[in-house]
Amino acid sequence: MSIIADHLSYIYSAGTAYEVKALNDVSFKIEDGEYVGLLGHTGSGKSTLVQVLDGLLKASEGTVYVDGEDIFDKDYPLKSLRSKVGIVFQYPEYQLFEADVFSDVCFGPANLGLERSEVELRAYEALKQVGLRDEAFYQSPFDLSGGEKRRVAIAGVLAMKPKVLILDEPTAGLDPAGRKWILELVARLRKENGMTIILVSHSMDDLAENAERLMVMDKGHIAMDGRPKEVFRYHKELFEMGLDIPEVVKVLYMLRENGVNVNTDAITVREAAEEIRKAIRPA
Amino acid sequence: MFGTDRTEEQKLSPKVTDEGNMLRDITLGQYYPADSVIHKLDPRVKITGTFLYIISLFLVRDIWGYAVALAFLASMIFISKVPVSYMVRGLKGILFILLFTAAFNIFFTPGEVIWSFWKIHATREGLRIAIRMVIRLIFLVMGTSIMTLTTTPNQLTDGLEKVLRPLRHIGVPVHEVAMMMSIALSFIPILIEELDKIMKAQSARGADFESKKLSVRMKSMVPVLVPLFVSAFRRAGDLANAMEARCYHGGEGRTRMKPLRYVKRDLLAYLILLIYLALVILAGILF
Ligand SMILES: Nc1ncnc2c1ncn2[C@@H]1O[C@H](COP(=O)(O)OP(=O)(O)OP(=O)(O)O)[C@@H](O)[C@H]1O
Ligand SMILES: [Mg+2]
Repeated sequence: MSIIADHLSYIYSAGTAYEVKALNDVSFKIEDGEYVGLLGHTGSGKSTLVQVLDGLLKASEGTVYVDGEDIFDKDYPLKSLRSKVGIVFQYPEYQLFEADVFSDVCFGPANLGLERSEVELRAYEALKQVGLRDEAFYQSPFDLSGGEKRRVAIAGVLAMKPKVLILDEPTAGLDPAGRKWILELVARLRKENGMTIILVSHSMDDLAENAERLMVMDKGHIAMDGRPKEVFRYHKELFEMGLDIPEVVKVLYMLRENGVNVNTDAITVREAAEEIRKAIRPA
Repeated sequence: MFGTDRTEEQKLSPKVTDEGNMLRDITLGQYYPADSVIHKLDPRVKITGTFLYIISLFLVRDIWGYAVALAFLASMIFISKVPVSYMVRGLKGILFILLFTAAFNIFFTPGEVIWSFWKIHATREGLRIAIRMVIRLIFLVMGTSIMTLTTTPNQLTDGLEKVLRPLRHIGVPVHEVAMMMSIALSFIPILIEELDKIMKAQSARGADFESKKLSVRMKSMVPVLVPLFVSAFRRAGDLANAMEARCYHGGEGRTRMKPLRYVKRDLLAYLILLIYLALVILAGILF
């Protein structure tokens, strides 16, 4: 399921005193099964972009092709888009509303018009996938802890079985264990279900290890697009955009500046340790 | 630098929401930023001015009076630098009332019949009254919108608090009411933003807000209203705690960070208001 953004622009409150050009001529192609990290300083247009990709905001200019079809065509059934592209919003736990967890997760698939048995099967699978404890299935979602609420909210989207999963800052407000858990879940979904992933984040560390491609947004356009190690080479430019590079990569660059001849292409802690060992004690 | 949310200031700033959003037409409390004398006036002047203008509309009897009122309104709109389209937008909300008033007056005022159909008679007197009422209403709404468009909700409540201050003596909790108003006003854009977010999240889960069937649309409001209320209560609780933590204890002995003070232009504005009132009354006597 490829997604093509074709010269997208988006203007909030067009024609008023509060006009904001949130997207400015954005184009790219995301292939089936890719894991894309979308980075950018606050207000750079990340959330706007993912909402346009899911047809929730209509592009002011340009269009989006999902599977080769123009989603803003007036004959395009937006309902079918919902089963293709799923989006988990920032703080998704605030969208829970049902009396119990299980019914809440059923909401999405039921809206797709599936059989009742299929809806329940999907809800059950999704809740299992996010690893919610069984006792919680029939509790009120408002009685769960923050982390559990988020799992339920994510299950609510997974139950629609999208081929492309977009997550807008899914780790915001979670503790390190919660972050790790989310990132592992996403990596697993991609590996086991072959989903295409678009993960929005401020944090380089979140993305460095998982994403195979980074798109960096700045003031409404895509400033960089490439593999993580390529992007990190432009750490000065990133810094000017209000972004940072992962701590380990920073260490490598510092060593380099201080005369240690180390390869700076490592991204994960393990790779970095290996490169440093090689630099200090060549085999 | 990282992970910072939007600042409180930005969150509180009013936002016109998206296309397709039914909330677009709420102009109440929608401040239009511009650099004009009217924007800079003390809110008390604007409140008193609006009040006097409304009264003047009811003193007006003939075409000359209306001409003066129109000239005054037009110059205020011009000076305020707010596009006329914004003023007119406020009228959309009262379109029904306008039509109803007009029809009611035209058909139910006794007098010389100028047109009839079946049992309904339109009269000349009725037509005259109708035109007068409609003009009055339009002037009234536009006059009030000048105030709301050029004054931030916070300034407005500050001004109101000051203007209504004397009512304290008869036991009206003026400060508390003003505080409630300003909180309510600053919550409106926040809740609109929240509503917008929740509606998007639920439509991403396939909720259908655009269905032709009323029953489907009504049912689709549940997934929106429940989270909205939950979040409104949560925010209200947070705010109450924050106020408590900063020792808020009502109006007694509380001073302002930015006290309202009259400057020369405010006095000038009062003078102009008086001249306007005199003109309206004069027009009534002379012609
Ligand atoms: N509903 C809205 N109405 C008007 N302007 C908006 C609205 N939502 C966002 N904006 C503006 O559009 C721009 C892009 O916002 P967006 O939410 O897409 O940024 P972001 O990259 O997701 O930021 P963050 O990291 O803070 O979530 C910002 O300048 C923002 O103030
Ligand atoms: Mg965002």
